[in-house]
Amino acid sequence: MTQSLADGLRAIVGPRWVRERPAELRTFEADGLPTHAATPRIAVLPGSREEVIAVIRALAGAGLPWVARGAGTGLSGGALADPDSVLIVLTRLNRILSINPIRRRAVVEPGVVNARLSEAAAPHGLFYAPDPSSQTACTLGGNVAENAGGPHCLKYGVTTNHVTELEVVLPDGSLARLGSPHGEPWGPDLTGLFVGSEGMFGLALEITLRLEPIPSAIRTLLADFPTVRAASEAVSGIIAAGIVPAALEMMDQACVCAVEASIYAAGYPTNCAAVLLVELDGQEAAVAAEAFAVEALLRCHGARGIRAASDAANRARLWLGRKKAFGAMGRIAPDLVVQDAVVPRSALPDVLERIAAIARAHRITVANVFHAGDGNLHPNICYDARDADLRARVLQASTEIMEVCVAAGGSITGEHGVGSDKIDYMALIFDDVSLQAMCAVRRVFDPEQRANPRKMIPTHLCQEWSGVTRKHPGSRAPDTVPATRAPHAAPLEDKRVIA
Amino acid sequence: MTEEIFVRLRHTLGEAMVGRDREGKPVASPDSLDGLAQVCGLAHENGWRVRAEGQGTWMPPDAPADLAVTTRGMDRVVEIAPADLVATVEAGLPMGRLQQLLAGNGAWLAIDPPGRPDRSIGSVVATGTAGALRHGYGPVRDHLLGGTIVTGDGRVVRAGGSVVKNVAGYDLTKLQVGGFGAFGVIAQLHLRLRAAPVERATLLARGERDILTHQSRTMMERRLDIAAMELLSPALVADAEWMLALEIAGTAELVAAEVARAMECAEMPLHRLSPERAAGFWPSIARATQGGAITLRLGAFPDGIDEMIDLLAMKLDVGLVSAGPGRGLIRWSGSASPEALRGLRRVAAEREVPLTLERAPWELRRAVGHFGAYREGVGRLVSKLRATFDPHPTFAVALEGAEDG
Repeated sequence: MTQSLADGLRAIVGPRWVRERPAELRTFEADGLPTHAATPRIAVLPGSREEVIAVIRALAGAGLPWVARGAGTGLSGGALADPDSVLIVLTRLNRILSINPIRRRAVVEPGVVNARLSEAAAPHGLFYAPDPSSQTACTLGGNVAENAGGPHCLKYGVTTNHVTELEVVLPDGSLARLGSPHGEPWGPDLTGLFVGSEGMFGLALEITLRLEPIPSAIRTLLADFPTVRAASEAVSGIIAAGIVPAALEMMDQACVCAVEASIYAAGYPTNCAAVLLVELDGQEAAVAAEAFAVEALLRCHGARGIRAASDAANRARLWLGRKKAFGAMGRIAPDLVVQDAVVPRSALPDVLERIAAIARAHRITVANVFHAGDGNLHPNICYDARDADLRARVLQASTEIMEVCVAAGGSITGEHGVGSDKIDYMALIFDDVSLQAMCAVRRVFDPEQRANPRKMIPTHLCQEWSGVTRKHPGSRAPDTVPATRAPHAAPLEDKRVIA
Repeated sequence: MTEEIFVRLRHTLGEAMVGRDREGKPVASPDSLDGLAQVCGLAHENGWRVRAEGQGTWMPPDAPADLAVTTRGMDRVVEIAPADLVATVEAGLPMGRLQQLLAGNGAWLAIDPPGRPDRSIGSVVATGTAGALRHGYGPVRDHLLGGTIVTGDGRVVRAGGSVVKNVAGYDLTKLQVGGFGAFGVIAQLHLRLRAAPVERATLLARGERDILTHQSRTMMERRLDIAAMELLSPALVADAEWMLALEIAGTAELVAAEVARAMECAEMPLHRLSPERAAGFWPSIARATQGGAITLRLGAFPDGIDEMIDLLAMKLDVGLVSAGPGRGLIRWSGSASPEALRGLRRVAAEREVPLTLERAPWELRRAVGHFGAYREGVGRLVSKLRATFDPHPTFAVALEGAEDG
């Protein structure tokens, strides 16, 4: 069976682009998250839009599950394929199809690397704003699937705010064109629905993206604080003043020390409790005025030292520690879990203290580097996965951190996605009916649930919802009606199941 | 049947929450999510058709339905968190009241929809109707963090949350924005707020349309930080000439700097309105864009604005037109036949421009549809989504036209 499948795929993409030997498949057994691994049955690397469509149609004919993968930099185990699934690797579809500077739009294939688009747009005075930390490796197709964010999303918005049109191939092999070139929805907003669907609705073949003008002035400030609470309050103070920085990032002492002990040392003060990086951009006069106001706010909230930079080289130096923080932590321990959760900005000080307490209780090291402006936390846990006891403590601490964030009114993920990693946390924030509704929407795009199976929503919940119209029972007299039903206990008992 | 529905609704919700419309049809006005879910569940079980509305300013009263359900009784603020710049509100809350409450907290929702200030936030979301502020702050979808809807069979579905960044689960909220109620009744919304701008300036220029569109393009090329930029037709502003209206909002320094830059690059002189006149100007534009029986919107790129307005002139008229050259949206209001609207939609579609019918009498909605024909592969998905969220269907909504669909 595998042989005939492999032969069929080879006939579509050529013999070089089908991988089936265990050694070849090892490349694809993990993404950026070290806690999950799975080996696909076979990996196929199509080289064109037509080949992707042909592969999807062949898999539809065979009724086989599949998973789309870009660069494999995801942090939720979202691009892992089990041994029953075919992995479709899209890195060869890496062409920027067009850039229209007047309309500020780019059309790209899904395998284009995020940072390459900004490089290509730069001669036109434009850039692509969403900038995940993995931007020099991650692909735009993966960004669409995960609704990726990044430091500069505070001002410019995340991926969904930049996708205007998608050409997608659905798991049955049919094509659909969602949205419109300029972004006005053409019908209900299916583009918005598709972005962030974690590869479970279909595969984006062609992506139209909004580009932003490169700001004429950029100013970066680095402030260090004696307490995490003071730094967090400075964040709220800046936002409350009506200033929307392009980026507003925080690193705690553990993270600063890791950076300063590494080859990425950026001169951050290691004796502080936290540093804040504030980047302002726009027109010169406005940026200068905002920088002045931000500096005053930082000092008023207890900043000890403030360094500022306007030119590219000095700004890059201030950013170096932040951008390389994950790399720096890699030298502390062999394994690193980059967690992702969101809390209301005002809850940051309390939640960070709770996270520190959880770390102490489980005797683990948690270093925080995160998008403070939108309350998007990234507690990083450094550990050695070969130590089973430590591994168990790390997992327990991760769960407790999630529970703390949810209890504070937050979410289990701000930009990494649910994937395999956070399926069990979904019930913390959504009730069964809402999860069933999500499954039902997934089945609209993928009735057989073959695209990226077993991700995001616990499988047992995907059996309940029914779109089947019931027969009208007709009107009954009031006295024969059971008064009313509880709104949360939806009448599922008489729903037919479509699996 | 009407009487029976009336009695059953009163039995379910209580007498105070059930009345009648002008034609004597029952109107359910639940004051809670539970009540709304009960009404939809009851309608579904009995095969009643429902006209779902907010304050009743946009949904035509003659939509074919056995009863109306209004969110008028669900107009409370659940929470305003000024420090986090988020709010949770019930869908029936009028926009004007919401903005007043936010202003009292130093916050602001950067949506200025067409219509009157008593329009409900739910209606603004269901119709996806952003106004001039779309230029600087994006369409309605950009201001929503999540929400709660009641499906056509009375189920309560929650999506998103009240934090400003969130990718947990599919983004079902997006389906409700501009979904015209086809996928459920919006009951509650989590909103992304902004700090109320310290300073606002409104600048106006009058002149030939093509000079003003050129001027707007120049301003975009120079990257002015503008909150709103609208090209307004003479009829809309009751003037002999076209008008370009700008709003700049933010810190005092930003406003001063950007007003000066706007003046520098103006081909036609810009006049700054006094704060009092500016406060009245934008709401009057919002009202005027629903001056006719129909309001529709067209998407267009900055370099295609003139062509699209010419098309409007050729196929309909250049009566009440408000065009945002930046974010690419043209709103038109007036009267037109189904044939004329279909003709315009066809020509627009050839230019990859969608025409969305925002507001119209029921007959026209039925004939032309909010969207008409979809692009490749989309119609099938929309029908299946509709069947998922409203299986009968319970709600009277004409997404596709009678002939295009």
